[in-house]
Amino acid sequence: MSDLSRADAFPLRRREVAQQILDSGGDDLLMITGLGSTNWDFTAAGDSPSIFPLWGAMGGALPMALGLALAQPDKRILVATGDAEILMALGSFATVAVQAPTNLSIAVFDNERYGETGMQATATAHTADLAAIAAASGIMITNTIRDQVELDAAVPLIIEEKGPSVHVIKVRAEPLPFVLPPKDGAYLKDRFRAALLGDEGIV
Amino acid sequence: MDWWKDIYSAMKEADVKQVAYVPDAGHAKLINACIADNDMRAVPLTTEEEGIAMMAGAWLGGQRGVLLMQSSGVGNCINMVGLMKTCRFPLATFITMRGQWHEFNPWQMPMGNGTQPALEAMDVNVRTVDDPADVAAQSAALLHRAFVGMQAGALLLHQRLMPIKTFKGSED
Repeated sequence: MSDLSRADAFPLRRREVAQQILDSGGDDLLMITGLGSTNWDFTAAGDSPSIFPLWGAMGGALPMALGLALAQPDKRILVATGDAEILMALGSFATVAVQAPTNLSIAVFDNERYGETGMQATATAHTADLAAIAAASGIMITNTIRDQVELDAAVPLIIEEKGPSVHVIKVRAEPLPFVLPPKDGAYLKDRFRAALLGDEGIV
Repeated sequence: MDWWKDIYSAMKEADVKQVAYVPDAGHAKLINACIADNDMRAVPLTTEEEGIAMMAGAWLGGQRGVLLMQSSGVGNCINMVGLMKTCRFPLATFITMRGQWHEFNPWQMPMGNGTQPALEAMDVNVRTVDDPADVAAQSAALLHRAFVGMQAGALLLHQRLMPIKTFKGSED
């Protein structure tokens, strides 16, 4: 039997995880964050032009990061998104694995819930193991992180190790206050490009 | 059947660096040319929807990309096209048509009929080319619309341009 309430007691808290990752990232870190809770987590940790928060386009975070990683091989690219978005586009693990961009890390904040719609259980609350799916798709570096000791060991790898890598971080299922980034997509795109590419980034 | 070279030339002229695709017989020669091109990154997708988001990521990183697919793939993309419109990302996609002209397989017809209306419902500009002599000009116009005009556009390659698939022998 699945324990559908086990995530209520997971020790890692998503806002603290986001803060630790962001504080460890260097100036070269570029991020794509997925809808919706990981957007709020990283906005709370520190909204910046180098973070592109997706307010929609569910399933698009990984391939978007792939396009960015291929375009910017000298920058570190980190995707942070939830288990539900990953479950919607599992084929993207295979797409990323085939291209094998060494500058790409994927952090899955897995609370085993659809957080924005009423905390309904996802497949990871039942049977699905995202790190195993990633590994079976050909991602060479995968792990599941369940406590602070494991997180402390993993964060430097998320920021620096040769990728692509998938880090499934089991975080507590908990209601949290919204901390919203800007939602005008054209502005988010332009500020990202201006920060990365300078004046040439603005068409 | 060399019209694909005109698409390739237009892509080179427009400095396209990333080419995302789901394999398709009509695009096979173009895809092979992109794979062989050391100045392009050709990326096979598991579903066309990935390609829409990947094109957004390429643009975020300062590169131009093109998405190659068959008409049946358009239906897999529709919600993700909203990303391009909301954020005003450029989108250029070349779509080989099925279900349009001497189609052997009736299962291809619903999405063939729905390809243009589905794209237009998402405010993607759609042009169709059925004369090989027009492919070069239409391809250049699509890429200009995307990367200079900052719009989403699709060029439908009419099934008249494709080898007729019969399932009786080899593909070509």
